[in-house]
Amino acid sequence: MRRRRRAQLQLAIFAGGAVGALARAGLARAFPWPGHGWPWVTFAVNLVGTLLLGYFVTRLQERLPPSTFRRPMLGTGFCGALTTFSTLQIELIKLARHGEVALAAVYLLATVAAGLVGMYLASVLTRRGPR
Amino acid sequence: MLLWVAAALLGGVGALARFHLDAFVELPSAGEFPLGTLAVNVLGAFCLGLLTGLSLASDTMLLDGTALLGSFTTFSTVMLETERLGEEGERRLGILNLAVSFAGGLVAAVAGWILGSVL
Repeated sequence: MRRRRRAQLQLAIFAGGAVGALARAGLARAFPWPGHGWPWVTFAVNLVGTLLLGYFVTRLQERLPPSTFRRPMLGTGFCGALTTFSTLQIELIKLARHGEVALAAVYLLATVAAGLVGMYLASVLTRRGPR
Repeated sequence: MLLWVAAALLGGVGALARFHLDAFVELPSAGEFPLGTLAVNVLGAFCLGLLTGLSLASDTMLLDGTALLGSFTTFSTVMLETERLGEEGERRLGILNLAVSFAGGLVAAVAGWILGSVL
């Protein structure tokens, strides 16, 4: 029984991760970043994924009765895969190599600031919202 | 079509690998500092730097870089863990987490890139 639950947990993470990665990869292909200028796709997926994770985690952990697979599928799987850390680092290096050091700094600060404020607002609003 | 099926599968593998490495690192430490996510992100940044330095073909990069490593590493969890540290009155740990994550990720990505360029 425990082994079966564990298998289901892994399947939930895998499925959520597949959908999240597919959405991000599709956007990255549809709107390719030329290696300079604001990396809109990564900025957008990171912000949207952070807002959704704040909503999912707060709602699933604090507001709804515990569920075994929703948090792993939506949080760890989907939001974890929709957002990316490694691509952000590569974009910062590429911007710097292109001579856009100031833009890289603003991009990093804006991403982190928007992410933190977004996470805070998503959590607070979800706590206030209907059950 | 096959490319996108492969991208989805690799994205799932990346998320699952993140879950396991995170649990593996978190288990013995069990502290407040989110070491698991840090380990995942720094390792993933190094690997993506390496792939970028190798200058791979665009489809290979979409699969191994964007799908697999992009999914393996995560930004939203860093934000969640940092924000929750702040809520729990551990604001300094949260700031430390941000600083170590982004400085570590950047150094790792540069190191991987340099290694990939000379290989």
